[in-house]
Amino acid sequence: MVATTVVALLLVVLLWEGYKWMGGQTDDHWPGTSIGLPTTTDDLTMPHATDIVGELFEEVRDGRARLPLYLFLLKKGWYTFQEAAIGFTFGLAIGMGLAILMLRWRVVERGLLPWINVSQTVPLIALAPIIVTWGRLHDLPDIFSISLISTYLTFFPVAVSALRGLQSPDAAHLELMRSYAAPWRTTLFKLRLPAARAYLFPALKLAATLSVVGAIVGEISIGTKTGLGRAILEYAQRYAVSPERLYAAVLGSAALGLSVFGLVSLAERLVMKRTEGMQRADEVVA
Amino acid sequence: MSQPVASEAAVVVSGVDKVFNVDSADEVTALSDIDLTIGAGEFVSLIGPSGCGKSTLLRLVGDLLTPSVGEVTVFGKPAHAARLDQDYGMVFQHAGLFDWRRVAANIELPLELRGWSRADRTARSAEMLDLVKLTDFGDYYPRQLSGGMQQRVSIARALSFQPKLLLMDEPFGALDEMTREHMQLELLRIWRETGTTVVFVTHSISESTFLSSRVVVLSPRPGRIHSVIDVDLGDRTDETREDPAFFAKATEIREALRADKDVG
Repeated sequence: MVATTVVALLLVVLLWEGYKWMGGQTDDHWPGTSIGLPTTTDDLTMPHATDIVGELFEEVRDGRARLPLYLFLLKKGWYTFQEAAIGFTFGLAIGMGLAILMLRWRVVERGLLPWINVSQTVPLIALAPIIVTWGRLHDLPDIFSISLISTYLTFFPVAVSALRGLQSPDAAHLELMRSYAAPWRTTLFKLRLPAARAYLFPALKLAATLSVVGAIVGEISIGTKTGLGRAILEYAQRYAVSPERLYAAVLGSAALGLSVFGLVSLAERLVMKRTEGMQRADEVVA
Repeated sequence: MSQPVASEAAVVVSGVDKVFNVDSADEVTALSDIDLTIGAGEFVSLIGPSGCGKSTLLRLVGDLLTPSVGEVTVFGKPAHAARLDQDYGMVFQHAGLFDWRRVAANIELPLELRGWSRADRTARSAEMLDLVKLTDFGDYYPRQLSGGMQQRVSIARALSFQPKLLLMDEPFGALDEMTREHMQLELLRIWRETGTTVVFVTHSISESTFLSSRVVVLSPRPGRIHSVIDVDLGDRTDETREDPAFFAKATEIREALRADKDVG
């Protein structure tokens, strides 16, 4: 797992540097043709991978203190992580709640599902200022508004996949519960929710990374004073001076996205491991 | 095998029709004019070609479906009340175990729903595992077991709360011939040991002959009871399958099934 990740990372670096080198040789054309490369390969557009990594160890100012960029990004990332985590939690709760409502009443499913789909076509950039203005009007802290933006992205995959998962038990399972005269709630907890887990976790991984995207976009559109989004915005304005820094910040947010993805995968392993990776008994017996 | 006298009726089906999709273009009469009484302790098979409504009839007894006309009583009460009282256990063609539960926990599911204590549940599931000869498999997950073993777990689950009635819907239909014959003997042993009434849906002539004390032959479209055939072959063993009396009965059932075809 770790080994493949390292190899994959090295491959990306090799591709990046290889492309850059090729562009340098051919004056940004495909070799032997007059067709231009999609991006130019000068150091402003594509800084060397080593420079980007090196930038992480450059000192930056954080208020009055000075600290290496990677620590600075880690601090900002922690803030963004909290926003994303709150957003993810709300998204999970709202998504599950909606799925259960839609499961319980078909009319809710018919009435609500189209709107849930439509909700995701509203551009986040348009929505963010509305949420922020609304939040400030009600004296809510910005971190809450940012989390809400993150929630907006996360509830969707949760609701859709949880509904599929809750509907996944086959007729025989449902008849069995009916033969036990099990009330709806019991069937939900003993059958439908456990069965939904296999559908839910892939969606939760997507939702976790989306919650980071939501938090960063929220920070940027709100103009907060901290968080990764703020760092990205700042470094974007200074791109012409030090492009490496923006790339480093983007690396930081990618790392955050990967971490939350990893956290959910870990939770999945803990919840699902019990039924996986075991031999069949007749093989054991024989 | 001493047949208990059917003094108490386990199941009474009287004047039942079942119509699906009433008042729509694809309205279909699945069962028509069904009268059937099953005595306590009997082993009764419902046999017929696909589409004859045998599974539908089983589901009417279990109150998983409600009759369009007529009524079904189970141990003297309406089928609906019997279901609420959990008077029967059900076994389906596919074991239908919950893969996230260990074998023992699957068997304990109905007990859990009835609010049994953990200690009582553990004791009973151990007892049931012995009954179906899976003593050491309580900690396995269903997907680790073969199809036949899974079906035995499913039978143990259905019997765990000692219902007086066992409804089985082609429970051995997905098993290979060898496993199937073995399971039939096991089922008869369990039937004798527990004294449960069994209603068994199958489309196999030899299976119905081998297992039942009575075979109900259904004819299709609409499903009706063509005939009810008593089967008295004494205690069944593997030798029974080669007994001329067994073949004679099987032939009788086969002809009853064929007679339908000539008419239909």
